[in-house]
Amino acid sequence: MTGSAAVTVLLFAAAREAAGRGRLDVPYREGITAAEVWKDLERERPALAPLAGSVSVAVNHRFVPRDTVLAAGDELAFLPPVSGG
Amino acid sequence: MERFRITAEPLDEHAIAEGLSTSEDGAVVVFSGIVRAQNKGRKVLHLEYEAYEAMVYPVFERVAEDVRERFGVERLRIHHRIGRVDIGESSVLVAAASPHRGSAFEAARHTMNEIKRIVPIWKREFFEGGDVWVEGPKEPVTE
Repeated sequence: MTGSAAVTVLLFAAAREAAGRGRLDVPYREGITAAEVWKDLERERPALAPLAGSVSVAVNHRFVPRDTVLAAGDELAFLPPVSGG
Repeated sequence: MERFRITAEPLDEHAIAEGLSTSEDGAVVVFSGIVRAQNKGRKVLHLEYEAYEAMVYPVFERVAEDVRERFGVERLRIHHRIGRVDIGESSVLVAAASPHRGSAFEAARHTMNEIKRIVPIWKREFFEGGDVWVEGPKEPVTE
């Protein structure tokens, strides 16, 4: 395990604005889930809290359940309800 | 013409259908979604679209596969704008070609429904007096 292993987190639309940024790296630790990354983000950036119930989670461009266990180097994205079209 | 396209440039509803149909096809449906000047009682000035582009393309592929399985429609294109889109402009085009009109209409309708449900694109509505992120279904997508 290298000390630099990380998970890339992407935030879009309302989540990006609530967090004040669209991209950050968080340290990887074995067994960490998407939901745990969100909880950590929410602690640091309370403006994200109202979005907790409605964000979808994607890992490496695929929708996944929140309890998905991450791997080092994963691209994790938190997606507010989409509104294309 | 690309099957799937995300672009900041105006969409072309004629170009999207060019070369799409084969000699087996009896129908081409082109749907154009355009920006209207009012929404929920507000006077809309323009929209701005944001996309998670790296994920949009695989989700378009998933939608096309779903359309193929449900309706047997194999010739489908989806073009979507990002950035600012003004009143009256197309924000999205869907083109479907099929031997019969029923399946072409159904394919276009289902594709639009899926775009609004699972494709990672968001619109911000700028209206007189403010702006707001428009949000679709609140139930998270998990698969």
